[in-house]
Amino acid sequence: MMLANHTGIVLGRQLRPMSRDPFTLIFGVLQPIVFLALYGPLLVGMTGAGGESPWQWFVPGIIVMVSLFGTSVAGAYLLEELRVGSFERFLVTPLDRSSLLIGRALKEVVPLTLQAILIVAIVTPFGFQLHPIGVIVGLLILGTFGIGLGALSHSLAMAVKRQEYLFWLVQQTLLFPLLLLSGILLPLDFAPGWLQTLSRLNPLTYVVEAERALFAGDFAEPSIVVGAAVAVGLAIVGLAVGTRMMRRAAA
Amino acid sequence: MIHAEGLTREFRVGKETVQAVRGLNLDVQEGELVAFLGPNGAGKSTSLRMLTTLLVPTSGTATVAGFDVVADPASVRQRIGYVGQGHGAADDQQVRDEVVTQGRIYGMSRTDAAARTDELIDSLELTSLAKRKASTLSGGQRRRLDVAIGMVHAPRLLFLDEPSTGLDPQSRANLWEHLVRLREQHGTTIFLTTHYLEEADAMAERVLVIDEGRVIADGSPEELKAGMAGDLITIGTSSPADASRAAMVAGRLDSPREITIDGSTVRLRTVGGATALPGLLRALDAVDVNAVSAEVKRPTLDDVFLELTGRSLRDAGDIVADSIKPTQTAQTLEVAS
Repeated sequence: MMLANHTGIVLGRQLRPMSRDPFTLIFGVLQPIVFLALYGPLLVGMTGAGGESPWQWFVPGIIVMVSLFGTSVAGAYLLEELRVGSFERFLVTPLDRSSLLIGRALKEVVPLTLQAILIVAIVTPFGFQLHPIGVIVGLLILGTFGIGLGALSHSLAMAVKRQEYLFWLVQQTLLFPLLLLSGILLPLDFAPGWLQTLSRLNPLTYVVEAERALFAGDFAEPSIVVGAAVAVGLAIVGLAVGTRMMRRAAA
Repeated sequence: MIHAEGLTREFRVGKETVQAVRGLNLDVQEGELVAFLGPNGAGKSTSLRMLTTLLVPTSGTATVAGFDVVADPASVRQRIGYVGQGHGAADDQQVRDEVVTQGRIYGMSRTDAAARTDELIDSLELTSLAKRKASTLSGGQRRRLDVAIGMVHAPRLLFLDEPSTGLDPQSRANLWEHLVRLREQHGTTIFLTTHYLEEADAMAERVLVIDEGRVIADGSPEELKAGMAGDLITIGTSSPADASRAAMVAGRLDSPREITIDGSTVRLRTVGGATALPGLLRALDAVDVNAVSAEVKRPTLDDVFLELTGRSLRDAGDIVADSIKPTQTAQTLEVAS
């Protein structure tokens, strides 16, 4: 209960500047519309497997991608707070250490969830088959994955010790291989064997597969359980690494 | 309120082990206002960070506000306030929001936190800035906000790490006004680090002088100065011969120390310089030594540090001195000769 309470306080604090300045929030949430407007025309004329709308395959990928970008840069805000000193202040309070990581990661997850809902709402009239329960479960798994990734992003921010360029270097270097190897943008079915092997080593692949199954309403797909397990696993690892880094960050 | 025994902390810098704090023993009673004074790198902040649970000691024990910093850091954190070297409020957060959030962290209800925040920001003269982003505040305003954040849960013990560094003299005086008043209202025990000699001298009731990871002196500024250094009397005479005769006369004072002759000027240290000076001048008159100038200078904490370490605190680190005392002496000499 303490953890939930503290996470709520941290999340509330992180969201406050945004809620005090709704323009940035609205602008941020509307970004995927621009993306869809530019990306959508490329899909016209394509047909998905079994003649279904290509959106069915691309939308889960787009949502995972948006959340990947959002949560992997979460640590950048921490860089700023480490520089100013405002993060140290929390370490001297009774605040639960995990709540600092979860609350801060959720700050990214909340607008991402709004974006995902917006994307789904936009594409549904264009042939996307909506399975509400699948979308909800999918977003929960994605949120859990986001907490883990966000915690790792925060760990990176603490590890680079105020060398901001190093944060971006590592984040970008890791982000693109993860993205390409997960089959978010293009299916890996026709990829060479070594690429497919690498893809199987990428935890993100399993999350993307689970999302696709959930968004398609294929609730019997075993990939859903695997994807959920990967997301929970990443969250546990992320929080463990993050709390460890916090103990060291004070040094 | 604070009890530390043999507290040490080592850091690894490359292959070397640096001992930042070497065996800190400390007792601070409830209600005290204690300043940790020392050059940069003396171990002040490291000590403070151990006492506030930010750093785990390499060895030794410390009890803060009744709880062990290693065994039960959560209980310590619940009971102390901390104002770090940096700022408590993030750039993009509004003044009032940050204080309310801090109150909520300590378990206050939304209403209580809001009421306490309004009371605090009012007494720290921040009310008109309540809705401003922290990044838009001046240095002094932002420091007062840090204090508000550190005090929101009315801790019995408040730690401040170099609270006035980087503030202009006016903001510094203003910050102290607020700290002194908050302390009077709540009886808060205050433990701070500073490298401003004048600040420690004027504000602290007790000064711990720290150098190279060890406390080398402990007492009120008055005690330290009286016990360690004594007053500096400078007598200007009209010739080097007079000066050496004056030095002999001065040698007959009650407790003269460090009598030095510099051209036609004699300097000596003695306890109670102001009361000794008239007698000394009369004695010089009696032996026909012509004293053309006389000056009594109260010792500073820098004199204490010099006495203890052989180094001036001003030279030991990049001490920011906002007085011009050393050059004043030189000017007196020029006028005299």
